[in-house]
Amino acid sequence: MSLLTVLYASLFYAAAAVFAAGLAWRVFDYARTPAPLKIPTTPAPITGAGAASRVMREVILFESLYRSNKWIWVFGWVFHAALALVLARHLRYFTEPVWGWVALAQPAGIYAGIAMLAGLAGLWARRFLVERVRYISTYSDHLMLALLAGIAASGLALKYVAATDIVAVKAFMLGLLYLDWQPLPADPVLLVHLLLVALLMALFPASKLLHAPGVFFSPTRNQVDDPREHRHVTPWAAH
Amino acid sequence: MAAPKFETPQLTGHRVIPILARDAMAASKPYAANALMQQALGFPGALVDDWHDKALARLGELLGQYRSLKVYLDACVHCGACTDKCHYFLGTGDPKNMPVARQDLLRKVYRRHFTLAGRLFPSLVGAEDLTRETLDEWYTYFNQCSECRRCSVFCPYGIDTAEITMAAREILDTVGYGSKYTNEIIGKVHKIGNNLGLPPAALQNTLEGMEEDVKEATGIDVRFPLDEKGAEVLLVTPSADFFAEPHVESLIGYAKVFHQAGIRWTFSTHASEAGNFGMFVGSYGQMKKIAMRVKEAALELGVKRIVIGECGHAWRAAYSFWNTLIGPIETLDSRYPFPEHICELTHALIRRGALALDPEANDHRVVTFHDSCNVARASRMGGVPGGQFTIPREIIKACANHFVEMDPETTHEKTFCCGAGGGLLTDELLELRVKGAAPRMRALKQVVDEHNVNFMATICAICKAQFTRVLPYYEYEMSMVGGVHQLVSSAIQLGAKV
Repeated sequence: MSLLTVLYASLFYAAAAVFAAGLAWRVFDYARTPAPLKIPTTPAPITGAGAASRVMREVILFESLYRSNKWIWVFGWVFHAALALVLARHLRYFTEPVWGWVALAQPAGIYAGIAMLAGLAGLWARRFLVERVRYISTYSDHLMLALLAGIAASGLALKYVAATDIVAVKAFMLGLLYLDWQPLPADPVLLVHLLLVALLMALFPASKLLHAPGVFFSPTRNQVDDPREHRHVTPWAAH
Repeated sequence: MAAPKFETPQLTGHRVIPILARDAMAASKPYAANALMQQALGFPGALVDDWHDKALARLGELLGQYRSLKVYLDACVHCGACTDKCHYFLGTGDPKNMPVARQDLLRKVYRRHFTLAGRLFPSLVGAEDLTRETLDEWYTYFNQCSECRRCSVFCPYGIDTAEITMAAREILDTVGYGSKYTNEIIGKVHKIGNNLGLPPAALQNTLEGMEEDVKEATGIDVRFPLDEKGAEVLLVTPSADFFAEPHVESLIGYAKVFHQAGIRWTFSTHASEAGNFGMFVGSYGQMKKIAMRVKEAALELGVKRIVIGECGHAWRAAYSFWNTLIGPIETLDSRYPFPEHICELTHALIRRGALALDPEANDHRVVTFHDSCNVARASRMGGVPGGQFTIPREIIKACANHFVEMDPETTHEKTFCCGAGGGLLTDELLELRVKGAAPRMRALKQVVDEHNVNFMATICAICKAQFTRVLPYYEYEMSMVGGVHQLVSSAIQLGAKV
């Protein structure tokens, strides 16, 4: 077992642990914090199913963003949809035999990598070109885009420029899952790709990527508009 | 004090999103509350010595009490969707009036003191210590937000700057740095019963005077009852309705509706105010205490229904919060919603054919409707989503033949605040108010130019007062603004058999 393999195996366990524990803590923290008052942005659904549908439309279609700004919507939606496809495609490295739908997603997944980069480029360009967005951008906003772009670019490079021994990579990943470590190919591009992914996982619970769980907990979106019909009471605001 | 000099925004030209004008509004802030006003609400009389620690402690408490605050401080990705949505930014160009930048004034402190990334790498994530300068900036810019929630409509995560503003104002109050306008008014509501400090005897006189006026104008005895036990309806209305123009015209409209429908109703001296400024300053305790007066009045008078007059934030507080704060009230008649908007009541009567309305009485008017922010984005009327838009419009159309909509990008849930909501209706903020009204004035100008609109109806006391004040800056008559029930008052045929 090479030092490199031990290093990367440890890195992935650590990153996965930080990601899972950090995210679980955040979700728990959001869930336990009461929403004492009814504040859905109206007009709002008047049934629970309606409110759930509203949240899902935000998650899947970015409904509010679409109404707000078509450029941000196009770049943001393309990036996220492409990211979802790319993640689905990567499931082939963690499953044996590969699930049917994952196999089906493979061809689209390749193009998604390019679309992801294009979406990121659009979002990043806005941070320079639009005065208002330039004003609100912080270093971390740029670094997060750089991180994601780096992941996408190194991933595409592995496909088109510097192919690695993908069978060995899959063996390494499955080895991580089944606690039966296998050697990791020492290709620089692959190592960069994996390092950035681990970094992203570790940063997730401590960064603005919390918008992902946050959208599910947003009272203006997930609350039902029924304050007259049902008395809304939470612990500290009771009596 | 001399009025501040400023230029009224031009409504011509195509540029709607301004170029950034840094610190353009850095000098705009309300007068601070004095020690008496602060202490009357249980807040320190002046900025406390340990304001730094106290402010952070209060922020910590609020983070544990409000999921909205916690999630919204975490979730923002600086995408920019909200940056061109706030009327104060559009009117002033001050970048700190972009909703995200306003939130960031609090968020940077949250990041520094409450998050790992901000503790370790402050400059990387835009985290900053709470300094005296930041505290002053909070006072300045969280008093340039009217809590209108337009940004929350457009945010992909539904981040509502109003929630951030309310938290910031609550923190400022807690360290002894409150606004005179809001806190003085809250004191009055507790001491006298209404925001304007109108004592019971004066209220009684005003209402008697109104009975005489209506009798003179119509020949009919329309009553304006006060503290009548056994009435069916308790009407709670903004106190401006009792004497301010054009508010009083709507009050006469309410009375005529009750008269023709044969509903026994009453005002209450104890709850002679629908407004609830506790909401504006983000104080749950004040909001509850102010709302409780209405419950006490309803129980004392033995009414069966509670109806709210034309007031935007009052309707939000009543519709969205009362059931939580003071509900349920067992003695009310469960066949009617608690609470009920005057427009819901009038609309139901129109549908039943219980009102004789002659729309020709308003033929001299070409009417448009300004959706008030709190009604549009924080409440509902009737049984279906969007009833808060259709019901007032249907009333207008039943009372007037000429109705025109403004640009749909500025109505319904996309409506622009009048420019003085959220506790900013005070003269030292006049520049902010005039500039903040610009987006609405732009849309109004379009329908004036194209359709000769000469009357903008609205159902909010703050909107009415604000437009009356700022319309002249845009060279319009202040009488262009009025209430929906002002139109009802003109159209209703009191002598007619229904």
